[in-house]
Amino acid sequence: MNRFILVGIASLALVFIQSCSSASSEGTPSVSPAAYIENKGSDTIVNLALAWAEKYQSEHPEVRMSVTGGGSGTGIASLINGTVDIANSSRKIKEEEIKEAKSKGINPVEFVVARDAIAVIVNPEDPVSQLTLKQISNIYSGKYSNWTEVGGEDRPIVRLSRETNSGTHVYFLETVLRLGSKEDKTLFSMDTLLLPSSEVIIAELRQNPNAMGYDGLGYVPKDLKVIAVAKEEGGPYVLPSIATVNDKSYPIARDLYMYTNGEPTGVVKEYLDWILSPEAQEIVAQLGFVPASPTPNPSP
Amino acid sequence: MKRALPINRHVAQRVGFTAITLMAIATVLPIVAVVIYILIQGLPAISLEFLTGFPHDGMRAGGILPAIIGTVYLTIGTAIFSVPLGIGAAIYLSEYAADTPLTRTIRIAIINLAGIPSVVYGLFGLGLFVLFLNFGTSILAASLTLSIMTLPVIISTAEEALRSVPQAFRTVSISLGATRWQTIQQIVLKEGLPGILTGVILGLERAAGETAPILFTGAAFFLPRLPHSPFDATMALPYHLFVISTQVPEMPIQIQYGTALVLLVFVLTMNLIATVIRSRARAKRQW
Amino acid sequence: MEKSLSWREFAITRLIKASGYSAILFVALIFFFLVREGFPTFGEVGASSLLSIRWYPIEDYFGILPLITGSLIVTIGAGLIAVPFGIGTAIYISEIAPRWMREILKPLVELLGGLPSVVLGFLGFLVLSPFLRAFLNLPTGLTALTGSLLLGGIAVPTVVSVAEDALDAVPRAYREGAWALGATRWQTIWRVTLPAARSGVLTAIMLGVGRAIGETMTVMMVTGNAPVLALKLGSLFSPVRTMTATIAAEMGEVASGSVHYHVLFFIGMLLFLISLGVNIAASSVVFRAKKRAERILS
Repeated sequence: MNRFILVGIASLALVFIQSCSSASSEGTPSVSPAAYIENKGSDTIVNLALAWAEKYQSEHPEVRMSVTGGGSGTGIASLINGTVDIANSSRKIKEEEIKEAKSKGINPVEFVVARDAIAVIVNPEDPVSQLTLKQISNIYSGKYSNWTEVGGEDRPIVRLSRETNSGTHVYFLETVLRLGSKEDKTLFSMDTLLLPSSEVIIAELRQNPNAMGYDGLGYVPKDLKVIAVAKEEGGPYVLPSIATVNDKSYPIARDLYMYTNGEPTGVVKEYLDWILSPEAQEIVAQLGFVPASPTPNPSP
Repeated sequence: MKRALPINRHVAQRVGFTAITLMAIATVLPIVAVVIYILIQGLPAISLEFLTGFPHDGMRAGGILPAIIGTVYLTIGTAIFSVPLGIGAAIYLSEYAADTPLTRTIRIAIINLAGIPSVVYGLFGLGLFVLFLNFGTSILAASLTLSIMTLPVIISTAEEALRSVPQAFRTVSISLGATRWQTIQQIVLKEGLPGILTGVILGLERAAGETAPILFTGAAFFLPRLPHSPFDATMALPYHLFVISTQVPEMPIQIQYGTALVLLVFVLTMNLIATVIRSRARAKRQW
Repeated sequence: MEKSLSWREFAITRLIKASGYSAILFVALIFFFLVREGFPTFGEVGASSLLSIRWYPIEDYFGILPLITGSLIVTIGAGLIAVPFGIGTAIYISEIAPRWMREILKPLVELLGGLPSVVLGFLGFLVLSPFLRAFLNLPTGLTALTGSLLLGGIAVPTVVSVAEDALDAVPRAYREGAWALGATRWQTIWRVTLPAARSGVLTAIMLGVGRAIGETMTVMMVTGNAPVLALKLGSLFSPVRTMTATIAAEMGEVASGSVHYHVLFFIGMLLFLISLGVNIAASSVVFRAKKRAERILS
């Protein structure tokens, strides 16, 4: 019996060594990688960052990149901890975070790499098609709890949200719940479901007619219904798209950022330059985001 | 039993037995259902390319090799640390320790290690291995975290296996002049090996399937190449399943089920091997 | 040769002794780290803030009560499922099932224990949650109940294996004595075997509950993660947020050394203490029962 086990383990080991070597010949270049870029942060940006990384690596095999999500807060925290080269964030870095970074000797430099519309999404069966910012704010703060209050059917409103570490969440809090006012201290209703990711939100929206959610436009599949949003009562109700983000008619749009420690140099600089080039920005549009405006925003 | 009426008693038994049997079926049925469901949904996604390729197209087009290899590395890493330590502790408890307060404390410690939530292990691993000892998010940190988590399982099953070896074996060996360690090494360990192996495999099976301990200690969302050193982060099957089912838009549902299936097969195979070892050992047992 | 033999023996014995003590070392180390990183919470946040009812860390609301009640309600729900089904199955395997059935069932139940929690969470939000929403006509299927059902399933194998061992360990003489007196098998199980195995069965329940409290991935994917104070029975049918899911979801985002970081470690410390408490209670039950048994049998 012992021999049997030994033979089994040995053959398994052989299989794995073999697949390792064949995989590494397909996954790594014959030249050992000259540089390694660690990229982490926003779950909104992560798929875009992944697409960029794939494209860039196929053209520059000497650079290897690792891309991880975890939320904008995670990315910035890692930048402050000194464990990443580029932090992805779907919200601007906060004052406290800048202070914390500087106290650890880190100097965050900001780059706007794309723009994004936050879509408000509902189940396709939901008859409601348009809402004002104030109505959305009232829904999420708990003031409205039934769809009849916004012209819908008699159903309870189930509020879906991203987790607190998500830049999307923070942006939504500041721009929609608090309508952009810094003094406003409105919070999400306590029974808002803080779901661990976009896909869980999408899965729930697909099969629950009571639900309402929000997420980056790039994440909204064709089979869900997007709400047209108006800044004010009676104002034009606008659906999110590249055009309406660029002409600023869609009220819930934002910049997407990448932060580095200090001005980037070497491979990181080349990568960031490439990200702002037309080739990379085309990938942005393909994935449902909005290409960054041609003139880059000045750093804070 | 003056009050007992024979008819009522037997009816009660009939009813009771039926209820209990139904309960047992209700417990077992979901397991079978889950496995079959994942099998049906996931099988279409399985191909050689899926199993040996790298993820493409934002991980939407198959290829889960790095996750498979990562899980293998983590399992091996866990084994390296937890098996010697665990078996050593089991030998101590079974062969050397007397029933002192110290020994009882050790036993309580082991039971406690077994009860600690997996995410608390993740926290501990983050605090000690990733940050304090500065190993960073790495296979090393994740393996160390997983091994401490696996330790109690190995210790308790190994100890039981060693204890079940009849005392007579030891006595005869010592009476023939062997030292204590020689007895343990040549007789007790050898006889207890199947039981120990079962425990080790079951422990490693749990480590292979866990996500929370590796979340902040070693897991990566996407790596373009296989890890080169223990200080690299790695993809892993349980984390990969979590990520593709929750983080990636437009992920074909078949790939998700396919990944779940691979993870399930990995875990169940280990379970099967352990069960087979155990039953064959029981059949061959000489006492 | 004899001298080197005893040298080797000495060294190996030392190593084995060290391995034995390692368990204590690790428990102490874990506790030490949790306290070290969690204790500052008292200074930074203060007990009254911790005991408030809103958990919203990015705006400095650190009320952990909703999290505690969330964990509690999911665990109690899981216990209500795992205990009857677990003990029932254990009784079936140990007392009622024919031998061949036993050989099939035991590995099958163990298999359930091996199912990775992320797989169950995955199936939970894809299959179970929509089903529950439609079946029970709830606003959403991501509820404490969904979590309890899955956790019950995860805890059952633990309960079954420990309880089955306990029932198996009851001496045959007990059962035979009861049968000789004319009891049916059913009566024997309820009035003789089960009470005799009482301490083992209680341990099984506590270990199962411990397993449920500690589960992370499954609850994170199916309970909705809404930090609501879960005090009414109806809360079972609403979303909740557990302590474990909170740590897993938020740990990645915290800068080490920040207040949020300390609070999460504090929650980890709480979880550690809870499982410690459950285990000590279980051990003392067993210890006292063993003492009683020794008195009776000697």
